[in-house]
Amino acid sequence: MNCEECNQRPATIHLTQMFNGKKEETHLCEHCAAKKGAMLFNTDEFSIPNLLGSFLGYQVNPSGAKGAQTAANICSSCGSCFADITKTGKLGCADCYNTFVQELEPTLRRIHGNSQHIGKIPARGGGKVLIKKQIEKLKEQLQEAVGGEKYELAAEIRDSIKNMEKELG
Amino acid sequence: MKKDLFNNTYVGWMEQGPESNIVISSRVRLARNLQNMPFPQRLHEKTGLEIINLIKKAWQADDKFLLKDMDWLGFDQLSELDRTILMEKHLVSPGHAQSSKSYNGLLVNHDGSISIMINEEDHLRIQCLLPGLQVQECLQQANEVDDILEERLDIAFDEQRGYLTSCPTNVGTGMRASVMLHLPAIAITGQLNQLVHHINQLGMIVRGIYGEGSEATGNFFQLSNQITLGQMEHDIGSNLVAMTRQIVQQEQILRDNLNRHMRIQIEDRVGRAYGVLTNARMITSNEALTHLSDLRLGVDLGIIEDISLSVLNELMVAIRPAHLQRIAGSQMDALSRDVNRAKVIKEILQSGHNSVQTADE
Repeated sequence: MNCEECNQRPATIHLTQMFNGKKEETHLCEHCAAKKGAMLFNTDEFSIPNLLGSFLGYQVNPSGAKGAQTAANICSSCGSCFADITKTGKLGCADCYNTFVQELEPTLRRIHGNSQHIGKIPARGGGKVLIKKQIEKLKEQLQEAVGGEKYELAAEIRDSIKNMEKELG
Repeated sequence: MKKDLFNNTYVGWMEQGPESNIVISSRVRLARNLQNMPFPQRLHEKTGLEIINLIKKAWQADDKFLLKDMDWLGFDQLSELDRTILMEKHLVSPGHAQSSKSYNGLLVNHDGSISIMINEEDHLRIQCLLPGLQVQECLQQANEVDDILEERLDIAFDEQRGYLTSCPTNVGTGMRASVMLHLPAIAITGQLNQLVHHINQLGMIVRGIYGEGSEATGNFFQLSNQITLGQMEHDIGSNLVAMTRQIVQQEQILRDNLNRHMRIQIEDRVGRAYGVLTNARMITSNEALTHLSDLRLGVDLGIIEDISLSVLNELMVAIRPAHLQRIAGSQMDALSRDVNRAKVIKEILQSGHNSVQTADE
C-alpha cells in the first residue's frame, strides 16, 4: 500500500482515529506522517486546563440523568455553567464550589486524594471555623487532664469550652 | 527601585544560600481570592479595577516594613518588554507577563524576594522567592504577608475546602512550594528518567525552569508539590525539603564519584564549555544554558575558581531575550540576539568581578 498523502512512498504508519464514534483509518509514509504529525497530535490538547476539563467532564456524563441535570445548573453568583468549567478547567467564582459541589467532589478526591482542608485558617475570615478548631483542641486537653486526674485544670478547660461554644451561638 | 528591577539583571534569589551548589532557589506561593468577586478569568474591567483598589488599600494601610518595601506596577503602564523582564526573573508567570490589562499588576519588594501577582489566575498570588534551600523560610514570609493582607481583605474561604481558588488543583492551602535544582551529575549518569518517575509517584511534579510547559534545558529543574488539599502547609513544605535533600544527597554522591573517577573527562567538558562561552561570536539560548550548566558543575568541583555561583545565576537570566534587548536598547532579530548573547556572556565571564556587585551599589 502506498502513502495516502504523497502516493509515492510505501505507507508504514497506520493511524486509527475515532470521530464521533466513526472509525477513520489513515495510511502514511514516515515522511508525510512527520509533516502531518503536528496537526494530528495537536499539543494544545494536553494543556493543563484541557486535561483538567476532561477530568471534570468525565464525572458528569456517564451517570446519565442525574449528571445531565446538575450539569445544566448555573452559578447564581457569576453565571458560569458546568460546561464553562469543564472547558477551561477553572471555576468562575468562589460560590461555584457550592453550586457544583457534587461534580467537584470526585475531582478533588482524584487530584488531592482528599477533600477536607486541614491547613491554615484565616484569622478574621475564619471566624467560627477557628473557634471550632480551638474547641476541638481544648476537648483533647480536657480528656488528658481528666485522664491525669488533674481535676482543677479540667474544670478550667471545661469553662473555657463553654464560653467558646456560647460565642459560636 | 523600580528602575533597578528593569535595568539590572540582579534580584535576591541569585545570591548564594543553603545548598546552593545544587539548589538554586526556593519559592512558596499562596493563592488567595476575595469574597463575592468573580475569579480573574471572568472579570470585567470595572470589577477588576475594584479588586485592585481594595488590594492597594490593604497594602497601603499597613506600615510594616514587609509591605512598605513594595512598589506597585500596573501592567497597562509597562511595556511588553518590561513585563517579559519580570517573567525572566521569575517574578511573574509567563501567562501573567503576556497581559497588559489595566487590572493586572504586581506588587514587588526591592530585591524581588516578595511579590504579589494581582489578577493572574487568582486575585492574589503571594510569592516569596529566596536563594538556596529555604522552603520553610519562604513559607513563613509568604504567610506573614498573607496575614497582614487578610486583616483588611475578605478572603474566600470555606470550612471544608479551605482557600477557594480559580483552579481546583490549588484549592485548600492554595500553596505551591518549589525548588529550582541543578542536576548535571544525575543527568550525565543517565538516572534522570528514573528519578522523575519516582518523584511523580510521590505526589510531586518536575518541570522546566519557567514552570508549566517549559523545557528542562541545561539540567535545571523545578520540583514542586502537587497536592494542596488535605495537608498542612508546614507538612507540604517539609515533604518538599525532605525530597530535595534526598535528591541533593544523590547528586552530591554522583558528583563526588565523577570527580574521583572521571576527573579528566569532567575537566575536559568544563574546559570546553568555558572555551565556547568565552569565544563564541554567536550563541543560542539553549546552547548557552547547556554550557553554563557544565560551567556550574566546574565551579562546584573546583575546576574553575574565579567565577562565583551567583554570577552564573545572574547569567542564566541575562541571556534571556528580554534582558538582552534591554541591554541593547532595541528590538533584535534572532541572529543579533545570538550575537549579543555571546557578547554579554563573554563580558561577564571575563570581567572577573561579577556584575552582582555593581548592581548592589
